[in-house]
Amino acid sequence: MSSVPIATTRSATGIPTGKLAVWWVLGSEIVIFGGLLACYLLFRLMYEGWGVQAAYTNTTLGTLNTFVLLTSSLFAVLAHYYAERKEAHKAFINLWLTIGGALTFLGIKTYEWGTEIAHGFTITSHPFWSFYYTAAGIHALHVIAGAIIMAIISLDVLKSKNLHRVELIGIYWHFVDIVWIFLFPLLYIAK
Amino acid sequence: MAHSGEGHDSGHGASYYVKIWALLLVLLVVSVLGPELGHPIVTLVTAFGIAVVKALMVAAYFMHLNVEKKYIHYMLYTMLIFMGVFYAGVATDIMRPEGRNWENIEAKRIIEADQSKGPHAPH
Repeated sequence: MSSVPIATTRSATGIPTGKLAVWWVLGSEIVIFGGLLACYLLFRLMYEGWGVQAAYTNTTLGTLNTFVLLTSSLFAVLAHYYAERKEAHKAFINLWLTIGGALTFLGIKTYEWGTEIAHGFTITSHPFWSFYYTAAGIHALHVIAGAIIMAIISLDVLKSKNLHRVELIGIYWHFVDIVWIFLFPLLYIAK
Repeated sequence: MAHSGEGHDSGHGASYYVKIWALLLVLLVVSVLGPELGHPIVTLVTAFGIAVVKALMVAAYFMHLNVEKKYIHYMLYTMLIFMGVFYAGVATDIMRPEGRNWENIEAKRIIEADQSKGPHAPH
């Protein structure tokens, strides 16, 4: 006989427990990334030198990565769309297209960082670069975590099990996309 | 397990999401081209204004916040308010190198160093 934890079957808010948990995680992430972005704004507005350093980031690669993440978000929402219709195979394919987007993003990021480090822009070369590597690094860790979780969920999806989890990882993935939407103009556009 | 999520099936086809994505890409192009004009106000609107619009679109249509329960909205607003409190709390210390009874010598040193270096790579 299988048992289900009571916490997963009751909901005082009318929101399924899993989804509520994901939203609370994202609530805490808002404070983490929000604090980081707020710090950046504080220093950027105060110190002119930050703007000078920002001129060396690669806008083309930043734009390409924004395109990749927006497209992966489309695949994530399509995975959710098909999961709701119990079309598990299509949901599975879209989950893996999303993971493909994550890997592409990380590949571009690796190339970008490699080039920047080779040109002497390291995490200790200027406070701007300290922020750049910290913010983009924490974001990249979220991309890696999302891709791993998505891959694990996809195994269940292939067996038409726990399809509701596709929505949960999708919500997380869109949040990762939103964080990048704000990092992009801060790091690549405003020069 | 009877836990299938709330579902957000509003009768839209998959093409609905493709249209939202296409609109996001158009906004991305505008946000990249706008700052090329070199006008500070245009940069502010196209880079940051459009970033806010893109984020709201992803939240509303991809995360389905437009049909989500108010509880989630209140929670997110609370977190954003915390962020604002944090910003306001530390802004006076960080955004000024000196006050009436204090001065941040290190901040002044960095500002002077940045001004004397000018725009060049760290090579």
